[in-house]
Amino acid sequence: MLNRREFMATSALAGAAVAAGCKAGSRTWYRFLSEHDVGSLTAICDQIIPADEFPSASQACVLTYIDLQLTRHYRRHQQAYLGGLEQANLLSRKEFGVELAAASPQQQFAIAQAVEKQNPRFFDLVRSHTMQGYYGSPRHGGNRDAVSWRMLGLDEPPVRGRAQYDFTAGRKP
Amino acid sequence: MKRVNAVVIGAGAGGGIVAKELSTAGLSVVMMERGKWYTPHDCRKDDLRNQRTTVLGNAFGPEDEGNPRVWVDPKGTVHTALPSEGSYQNNAACVGGGTLSYGAQAWRYMPQDFRMRSTYGAPAGSSLEDWPISYDDLEPFYDKAEYEIGISGDYSGTPFKGPRRRELPMPPLAPNREFGILESAAKRLGLHPFHIPMARNTVPYNGRGPCMRCRWCCGFACEVDAKNGSQNTVIPVALATGNCELRTECMVTEILTDDRGRARGISYIDGDGHRQEQLSDIVVVSSAAIESARLLLNSKSRLFPNGLGNRYDQVGRHLQGHHYTGATGYFDFDTYDDVGPGASIAICDYNHGTPGLCGGGMLANEFIRLPIHMVDKVPNGTPRWGLGHKQAMRAYHKRSVVIMGPTQQIPTATGRVTVDPAVKDKWGLPVARFEGNVHPHTYDIGEIQAKRAEAWLKEAGAVTTNLMSYRSEMVSAGQHQAGTCRMGDDPHGSVVTKNCQIHDVDNVFVIDGSVHVNNGGFNPALTIMAVAYYASDALIRNWKGTGFKS
Ligand SMILES: Cc1cc2nc3c(=O)[nH]c(=O)nc-3n(C[C@H](O)[C@H](O)[C@H](O)COP(=O)(O)OP(=O)(O)OC[C@H]3O[C@@H](n4cnc5c(N)ncnc54)[C@H](O)[C@@H]3O)c2cc1C
Ligand code: SF4
Repeated sequence: MLNRREFMATSALAGAAVAAGCKAGSRTWYRFLSEHDVGSLTAICDQIIPADEFPSASQACVLTYIDLQLTRHYRRHQQAYLGGLEQANLLSRKEFGVELAAASPQQQFAIAQAVEKQNPRFFDLVRSHTMQGYYGSPRHGGNRDAVSWRMLGLDEPPVRGRAQYDFTAGRKP
Repeated sequence: MKRVNAVVIGAGAGGGIVAKELSTAGLSVVMMERGKWYTPHDCRKDDLRNQRTTVLGNAFGPEDEGNPRVWVDPKGTVHTALPSEGSYQNNAACVGGGTLSYGAQAWRYMPQDFRMRSTYGAPAGSSLEDWPISYDDLEPFYDKAEYEIGISGDYSGTPFKGPRRRELPMPPLAPNREFGILESAAKRLGLHPFHIPMARNTVPYNGRGPCMRCRWCCGFACEVDAKNGSQNTVIPVALATGNCELRTECMVTEILTDDRGRARGISYIDGDGHRQEQLSDIVVVSSAAIESARLLLNSKSRLFPNGLGNRYDQVGRHLQGHHYTGATGYFDFDTYDDVGPGASIAICDYNHGTPGLCGGGMLANEFIRLPIHMVDKVPNGTPRWGLGHKQAMRAYHKRSVVIMGPTQQIPTATGRVTVDPAVKDKWGLPVARFEGNVHPHTYDIGEIQAKRAEAWLKEAGAVTTNLMSYRSEMVSAGQHQAGTCRMGDDPHGSVVTKNCQIHDVDNVFVIDGSVHVNNGGFNPALTIMAVAYYASDALIRNWKGTGFKS
C-alpha cells in the first residue's frame, strides 16, 4: 500500500498526463466547464478518488462525465458548480496564495476538506457525481474502458449466456 | 371514438391481467397507458439510469420534466420531488408498469397477512384491518397467476406458508454462491431457508427462453425476455383476442360521470397533446396506488365534489409500502460470483409470531450489488472519500452480502395521498401530495428485523457488519406502493368492495395495489396479480351485456 505522500505524488504526476486521454487536447472539448473550472474540479475529484495502482477520477474521465451531465440531467446543478469552484479557488488563494489547480496535492487535500466542511451541499454533489462517473456505466463518458469494474475484478466484457438448464426440459404452462 | 365495454387505465401488473381476462371473456376493452411500450431491444443495462438507480433519470418513466409530486415533512414543510428522486415514491410508467423492470420476486402473502387485526389487534393510532377476503379465497388465483405469468422457485424448504394446490411451474435457478453460504448458516440457526419464488423463466416457458443470469436484473428490462411481467404474458394475450386495443402515451385525466352518478367513460390527453374522450360501460382504474388515488381525487363533479369514490374521505388514506431494513456483512473470503439475478435465498421464519410485534417480514439476500451501489455500502468507519474509500471498494465489493426484508408496515389513516392545491403537472392536473407516515411500531419491527439479518450474516462468517435500520420521515411507498383505495365491507372505512368495485359507483373498479388492506411482509406484485384475477373473475360472473346482474 502506498503511504499518503507517495500516493499524492503519483496522483499529481498522473494528473498532468491524464487530461490528454479524456479531452483529446482540444480546448473546446468540454461543453460547460471552462478550462479553469476543469483544473479546479480535477483537483477536487482526484482527492475524492486519488490514483494508486489504478487511475484517479480524472484519469478515468470523470470530468467528461460531470461536464456532459451538467449540460443534460444535471443542468440544475450548473450554478452550484460555478459557485462552489469559485469558492474553492478563493480558499486556495487565501490559504496558499495559488489557484487550486496549481496547489500541491497536500494543499488540494486541505482545500477539499475545507470545502466539505464549509459547503457540504456542493461537496456532496461533487462526491456523488465523481463516484457515478468512476463506478457507473462507461456509456456516459466516465469510467473509461470500464477501468473501475476491472479494478473490482469484474469480468469486462461480462460473461453472457449461462442458462443453467437443458433448453428442452421446460414444462408447458 | 367507438364506445367500448371497458376502459382499463394503466397497463401494469393489475391492469394487464384485467385487460386479458375481460377481453378473453368477450368484452371490448381499451387499455390506456401513459408510458411507452419498450421491447427487450430497449433494455440498455445502464447502471446510472434504470428503475432502481435513477441518478440520471428513470429508464422506464416518468421523465423528470413536467411530472412533479409534493411531500410534506413532519414539520409541515412542503417539498417538491422529481420522478428520479426517492421522495417521489415512483414505480414506473410504461407498458408492463413495474413488472417490466422489477426484481420479479413473486411472493404469496401468508394467511395471517389477510387477518392482521384479528391476529394482533390494531395498535393505537393505526388503521390496521383485516382484508374482507382470505388467503383461501385468493389461493386459486395465486395459482392461476403463478402458471399464467410463469413463476420459478421451490417452497419445500419452509413450513411458513399457506396451503397450495400444487408446486410452482418451474424449478428454481441453480444456487449462486451466496445461497450456499447463507443456507447452511440459516440451518445452523434453526431457520428454514428456501429458494425465492421468482417471475423468471428458469426453463423455456410460455414460448420464451430461460434466464441467462446476467449482472443487471432488478431495475432493468431483460434482454433475453426471461423475466415475466404483464408486458410479455397477459397483455400480448389480450391483444391477440382482437377485443383489446392498447393506447400508449395516453394520459387519463378524469373519469367522466353522468347525472345519475355512474361513470360514462374517461377523458385523456393523447401522445400528440390532444384531449380525447373514450366512452365505456365500465372503467377500471389500475394506475398503481398513488396515481389511482390521484385520478379518483381529480375526478370531481357535482355529485362527487371531493372526487370519485371519496364520499367518506377514504381515497388516498392508509398509504403503505414496505420498511426495508437489514444488514450488510463483510467477509474474509469471496462471496460474489457475478451470477444473476443475485437474490436467491429467503426465510419466512420471522413474518409472524414474535410476541410483542405486529408481524414482521421475509428476509432475503439482495440482488447483485453493482459497483455504484457499493459506494455507500462500505463498512462503517470507512472514509467517505479518498484513498481509504477506494481501497474499501476493492476490498469488499466481492466480499459482502446484504440481507434485508420488506417489513410489513402498520398503516395509519393520516399517512396518505391527496392532491396538491397549487402544484400542477405538464397537463395542468393537480399532482399527488404525500402527508403523514405509517405507525411508529413499524420502525420497532424493522429494528428487530435488522438485528435478525445481522445474526444470520454473522453465523455465515461475516467478520463485521453494518446495520441498516432507520426511522423514516415519510411513508416509503415507492415501488411497493399500496393501500390508498382499500377494500372492505364498510363504505365508511374503505373505497371498494371485496370485488374491487367502488362502493357507490357500481361501474368503476380499482384493481391494482391500491386495494391492499395490508401489504404483507413480502414484495406485493404476485398478490396484486392474484387480486386482479380474483376481481376480474367476479366482474365477468356479474357481467350481463352492457351492465351488471343484480
Ligand atoms: C425496480 C423495481 C423492482 C421491483 N421488484 C419487485 C419484486 O421483486 N417483487 C415484487 O413483487 N414487486 C416488485 N416491484 C414492484 C412491482 O413492480 C409493483 O408492485 C407492481 O408493478 C404494481 O402493480 P400495479 O398494477 O399496482 O401498478 P403498476 O405496475 O405500476 O402499473 C400502473 C400503470 O398505470 C400507468 N398509469 C398511471 N396513471 C395513469 C394515467 N393517468 N393514465 C394512463 N396510465 C397511467 C402507469 O404508467 C403504470 O404503467 C418492483 C418495482 C420496481 C420499479
Ligand atoms: S438475471 Fe436473468 S431474468 Fe434477470 S435480466 Fe438477467 S437474464 Fe434476464
